[in-house]
Amino acid sequence: MSQILSSNEVAPVRPGGPILQVDALVKHFPTDRGLMASGAVVHAVDSIDLEIHPGEVLAVVGESGSGKSTLARCVLRLIDPTSGRIVFDGRDVTGMKGRQLAGFRQQVQPVFQDPFSSIDPRWRVGRSVAETLDAFSIGTKAERQERVVDLLDRVGLDPSFARRRPHELSGGQRQRVGIAAALAPEPRLIVADEPVSALDVSVQAQVLNLLADLQRDLGLAILFVAHDLAVVEHISHRTAVMYLGKIVETGPTERVFRDPRHPYTKALLEAIPHPDPERRLVGSVLEGEIPSPIAPPSGCRFRTRCPVAIDRCAVEEPEMTLFGTGHTAACHVARAELEASAG
Amino acid sequence: MSDLLALEHVDVGFATEDGRVSAVSDVSLSVSEGEIFGLVGESGCGKTTLAMALMGLLPTTAHVAGSVRFQGLELLGLPPDELRKLRGDRISMIFQDPMTSLDPTFPVGEQVAETITAHRDVNDARAKERALELLGDVGIPEHERRFGDAPHRLSGGMRQRVVIATALANEPALVLADEPTTALDVTIQAQVLDLLRDLRTRLQTTIVLITHDLGVVAQICDRVGVMYAGQLVEVAPVSEIFRSPRHPYTQALLAALPTQQQVPGSLRVIPGRVPNLADPPPGCRFSTRCPYVMDVCATVPPLAHETDEHLIACWLSEATNQAGRPDHATAGGAA
Repeated sequence: MSQILSSNEVAPVRPGGPILQVDALVKHFPTDRGLMASGAVVHAVDSIDLEIHPGEVLAVVGESGSGKSTLARCVLRLIDPTSGRIVFDGRDVTGMKGRQLAGFRQQVQPVFQDPFSSIDPRWRVGRSVAETLDAFSIGTKAERQERVVDLLDRVGLDPSFARRRPHELSGGQRQRVGIAAALAPEPRLIVADEPVSALDVSVQAQVLNLLADLQRDLGLAILFVAHDLAVVEHISHRTAVMYLGKIVETGPTERVFRDPRHPYTKALLEAIPHPDPERRLVGSVLEGEIPSPIAPPSGCRFRTRCPVAIDRCAVEEPEMTLFGTGHTAACHVARAELEASAG
Repeated sequence: MSDLLALEHVDVGFATEDGRVSAVSDVSLSVSEGEIFGLVGESGCGKTTLAMALMGLLPTTAHVAGSVRFQGLELLGLPPDELRKLRGDRISMIFQDPMTSLDPTFPVGEQVAETITAHRDVNDARAKERALELLGDVGIPEHERRFGDAPHRLSGGMRQRVVIATALANEPALVLADEPTTALDVTIQAQVLDLLRDLRTRLQTTIVLITHDLGVVAQICDRVGVMYAGQLVEVAPVSEIFRSPRHPYTQALLAALPTQQQVPGSLRVIPGRVPNLADPPPGCRFSTRCPYVMDVCATVPPLAHETDEHLIACWLSEATNQAGRPDHATAGGAA
């Protein structure tokens, strides 16, 4: 994990530089507290590096227990990482507090799977959207009301929705309100954690279209956390695949989906239930289940389920290897194959 | 193959504060022995209500009409104790959340064994032996050791395997599986789908799979019924549904699936929203959102055979027109 920044000095923003950079990020949770505490920890996120550029959609995919949501919550500064750095727009935000943190939060907004987690169910929609503006003291009261109407319009809702309460809305409409609230302070990065996974297919398509339009029109960067690979392939520019707290592969989405190098990425892609009866999966792709993050396997964390694991995988953690422009994977076997083919 | 299950003109209504909600409207379909039949649709389409109606599991506010015959036996109106005898024996159910079916305090193996002793005249030792076999059959690793574990000690995927073992305990003729893999991760889902497929091959179990996931349907089903707002709009072999969907709703649903080929922002959407089922539109309930809507759509289109195996309920279809053009209709046409 030696790539990217070697100096602690914070570089000024270069055009084309990342809007968000995550550096050797670690988040461990204690498994128990109090007198009987064993000192055991859950290795939720372990030494993760990633970056997102302005206007880019980076998808983070993985199954339950992969650490993808913990990563999102660290980036949002909802929880403090155990170690590592989060650099936003050239500034280290890892330890930010108070007014500075508020400034960061204005620029990095969340969209959650359940919009109710960010909307007060008792408030009218207009108030929920205005709340974000109030929180950051943006504009006068009249300006805020006008802005609420603009924002509702931006997410495809009639101004009359401002008077409604969340329970009167469908799931798709609620998610639009959640997105309007997130857009209110004009953020530069949206962290979307499973934003469409609770929605029906036809509604999901509406929300995906909305996110894609916003991203393009406003030049937003999006960290898109999801488990649905078809959604990820459709909407993201780059994809990072997580397994048991580690990124095992990352690259341009098309490369990762067309030419996956990590055996876990391969298995994950093979397990997609394609809506095409002629592409049926015969037999299961991957045996067993994800091991406990309390005691992750030594070496490569995927080795206990890996169909091609070798002895080395148990003793040495594989390093990220470059397989093409911006395409990296951490696998001893894939690396050996690459070296063999290079002669 | 003969019909194991035959539904005729099934209606399910609920009395609510807003009036009578028509959750399932005039559904007729049949499922053959040994087939995997998918019932697919979005939230509120009535697919789960229909399954609960078959099992006699709806609350007393529900009003169920029509006919449901299982192996020739009429299930609607069957006394509750007779239905209870069928459930877990000749018909069993698998739900999305395994904890709906499992008792959180009892060892999983005991729960499987109990399902056997509840319906079969066998001693406890024999039931335990059989339960152990079943846990092995559904692919629970170290199943001897797992037998005594409470459900919370197992992962979600393992719990669902226990539920499947329970569902199979008495070798039912029919398994109703309602979103059985929806709560599972994709690699675990692949394992469970493989298990269901294997069961059908080994035991000839008939499976009715209720799901919103068209991917799951494509992977495992032989035939599919598509529901929208309580109406069954299309029934066809799985390959035909995906290759040449005929109903405008089925077409729209398939077009809304995200793919890599589509430019982000250009997914096809279905305008409008699902109608309020306390006051559904007359006729075809998709008519309020259908791009091809015509005057005739205010009359309910009958589900009719376009070919032997492909049925559709849409006035655009010649078959539907022949089956019940409203100006020719004698009974039940214009209402």
